[in-house]
Amino acid sequence: MKFTLRIWRQKDAQQEGQFVRYELGGIEVDMSFLEMLDILNEQLTAEGAEPVAFDSDCREGVCGMCSLVINGKAHGPLQATTTCQLYMRHFADGDEITIEPWRSTAFPLVRDLIVDRSAFDRIMRAGGYVSVHSGPKPEPNSIPIAPEVAEVALDAATCIGCGACVAACPNGAAMLYTAAKVSHLGLLPQGQPERYGRVKKMVDQMDEEGFGACRNYAECEAQCPKEISIQFIAQMNRDYLNATLVKPVDRRSKMSAQ
Amino acid sequence: MQLDAKIPEGPIEEKWAAHLEHVRLVGPRNRPHYRILVIGSGLSGASAASSLAALGYNVDCFCFQDSPRRAHSIAAQGGINAAKNYRNDGDSVFRLFYDTQKGGDYRSREANVYRLAELSTGIIDQAAAQGVPFAREYGGLLANRSFGGVLVQRTFYCRGETGQQLLLGANSALAEQIAEGRVRMHTRAELCDFVVVDGRMRGIVFRDLVTGEIHSAAGDAVVLATGGYSNVYNLSTNAKGCNVTAIWRAYRRGAAFANPCYAQIHPTCIPASGDHQAKLTLMSESLRNDGRIWVPRTAGDQRNPAEIPEEDRYYYLEDRYPRFGNLVPRDVASRNAKDVCDSGLGVGATGYGVFLDFRDAIKRQGESVINARYANLFEMYERITNDNPKKTPMRIYPAPHYTMGGLWVDYNLMTTLPGLFAIGEANFSDHGANRLGASSLMQCLADGYFVLPATIGDYLSSYPYGEITTDHEQFKTVENDVRDRVRRLLDTRGKRSVASFHRELGKLMINQCGISRNREQLGEAIRRIPELRDAFWGEVGIPGGGEELNQSLEHGGRLTDFFEFAELMCRDALERDESCGCHFREEHQTKEGEALRDDENFAHVSIWQYQGEGTPPTLHREPLEFDAIPLAQRNYKT
Repeated sequence: MKFTLRIWRQKDAQQEGQFVRYELGGIEVDMSFLEMLDILNEQLTAEGAEPVAFDSDCREGVCGMCSLVINGKAHGPLQATTTCQLYMRHFADGDEITIEPWRSTAFPLVRDLIVDRSAFDRIMRAGGYVSVHSGPKPEPNSIPIAPEVAEVALDAATCIGCGACVAACPNGAAMLYTAAKVSHLGLLPQGQPERYGRVKKMVDQMDEEGFGACRNYAECEAQCPKEISIQFIAQMNRDYLNATLVKPVDRRSKMSAQ
Repeated sequence: MQLDAKIPEGPIEEKWAAHLEHVRLVGPRNRPHYRILVIGSGLSGASAASSLAALGYNVDCFCFQDSPRRAHSIAAQGGINAAKNYRNDGDSVFRLFYDTQKGGDYRSREANVYRLAELSTGIIDQAAAQGVPFAREYGGLLANRSFGGVLVQRTFYCRGETGQQLLLGANSALAEQIAEGRVRMHTRAELCDFVVVDGRMRGIVFRDLVTGEIHSAAGDAVVLATGGYSNVYNLSTNAKGCNVTAIWRAYRRGAAFANPCYAQIHPTCIPASGDHQAKLTLMSESLRNDGRIWVPRTAGDQRNPAEIPEEDRYYYLEDRYPRFGNLVPRDVASRNAKDVCDSGLGVGATGYGVFLDFRDAIKRQGESVINARYANLFEMYERITNDNPKKTPMRIYPAPHYTMGGLWVDYNLMTTLPGLFAIGEANFSDHGANRLGASSLMQCLADGYFVLPATIGDYLSSYPYGEITTDHEQFKTVENDVRDRVRRLLDTRGKRSVASFHRELGKLMINQCGISRNREQLGEAIRRIPELRDAFWGEVGIPGGGEELNQSLEHGGRLTDFFEFAELMCRDALERDESCGCHFREEHQTKEGEALRDDENFAHVSIWQYQGEGTPPTLHREPLEFDAIPLAQRNYKT
């Protein structure tokens, strides 16, 4: 197979970027999209040119490291599929393929197709956890959890933190990502004590990072490789409203002062 | 070299409790004065970093990915073992200990394995308290599934993504500690070397992968949680970034390396489609419960496999192992697949693949039953290969998956280099010559949540804190070493890519030191690896500079360490003149083709000590003792 690739090249955040065209032949249908880029990079290396920088690690769709907007879609044309699980047989011989990085103010560009997604980690640090230190814990069967509740929590927890939701959203919102963690913990009994403080802090951090607002476009759900439902956004909004109504008092500083 | 494993006295059930009573501790007021560097943020790294920080220590945690959540533990599918005995099927700590010891073919240290079994139950409690959404039964209690090599149901799981959920749990604990200011997280930071002063580990030198700057970090102890070295084979089920650099550099600085030849090759993976394959994807071993494995009897049979009649099919496992058939142990299945492919009967584009056929199972049990059992696996397979396994048989081939060898550690998980600890897959201690399924998650979390936080104080309390900062001249020396190494890679002016050399090394290793090994092949590998290494330095080309994000440079640095390591791995495989677990020496097998151990001469841990470039390493031996469970021939037949 042969392809014309239009790839976004940009040396770093300071310099301007541009699309560069590459003609690439000798691609087999059974190759993955990232293997196709590996081949391009080997050719560029042989020519003494600089390879295209892109993120990937596990290459089996679970680490969330790979990204890429392919022909305008986060993770490419296939539903419920990360870029690393996309295969060249899903393209036609001779296609022109446009490859861009995630584009969002909150994800500054690092190089070529790599962006900085550390804003996601900062949202998590704002409250995406149950405060428990390591050590002896109660017997888990002493707190039964209905399987359907555990299943829905897992539907949310299955988020791989890739950032496709932000890239897909016309507003660059991170609602689906934040809602997935808020809902995962908010559904489980272990997450109840910190439930309302958590949603408040995580949403505030999300806003501070410069992510946009949600307008219910639902592009995030459509392009999420793990098919996380926007119902979780509704759940987060409910929790957030509750949180503002009950005015959660963070007693943490007082407690540690004791 | 002094090898003191520091195994506590007393009966095996009492060793850990007794150890906890006597181990030296650091008091809560002193802990904030100590700084611990944790390298890696997977299950063992994240659990250790968060647990140590929660105790009050200052922690710096490093990972090469853009977020600690991406470490490769996330890809573990099946589950995590714990001796809870929820199923009332006779499970116990002792039974888990026994299964692990037997599964490892009696090549691990009893005291460590027993402790692992003992701590297993607490891991489930800890993870559930963090909000890990384990599978539940209708009544809301935790569910279990079966796993290979054992007779009880003790595996806890979250669908097929147990590793992901456990890692996100450990990472949430880490996030809390980062928010509290007790952990400083360094992402896109690659460890390059260590700083040893007066025989003690004092810090690391690392490269900022975005800016290319070389930095140092000083600490009172360093913990390696950097995983295994399966990528020495290039194609493995590991993530692309997994590498041997941290443990290899530690070895070069004086930490001894134990059992480097133990590598597990998993029998059911999707085979490589061609030369440019980037990685291999694991398919759950459970498929062998219903699938029949075969190859065409005639080499080069190009017919559609579904149309090949029964008499032209060679069900080689059923034929050679009539009693166990397709359910032979992992190592036997892998070895036989290689054997039939070597004789030319393999299928697929590369000739290295065998069929796993569900036709008969579907005929017998109906498509809906088989589909309910394996739908997600079938879908995953179809996505990658574009073949529907219900219509045309799956193609599978073994792939390197996990490495049991690693840095030698004592009972406190400290290496032979004082102040350097190794946890999780990076150490050698718990899985012997073969790891059982659902045991790696258990070991990583036992080490990180429970063992290391209790034992690290024993070392720390023996020395004053914060003695050395990065101003010490040794840091400058090592930083300059690292800069030289980077420059040397960038000064290469060849045209060949790093990836092409990695492929070549991988092919060499899988052929000469893979599923089965023999004296001749290993000797040849030991001769050829240095030749390949020389070719690398002469012909490789690494475009771009050092002061920027440069992925070829990162890969080049990792590959140079794999080159050096590969030689040690082959040397160890050659020296271990017996078969045990995953280490199958063709010279040593039973009549049925099983691994034949030589307990008289090889019931020991092989421990390699670095002697400098160009000098062969020294071999030390830690004899293994079998007090709790007597040595026995591994037998899964009766």
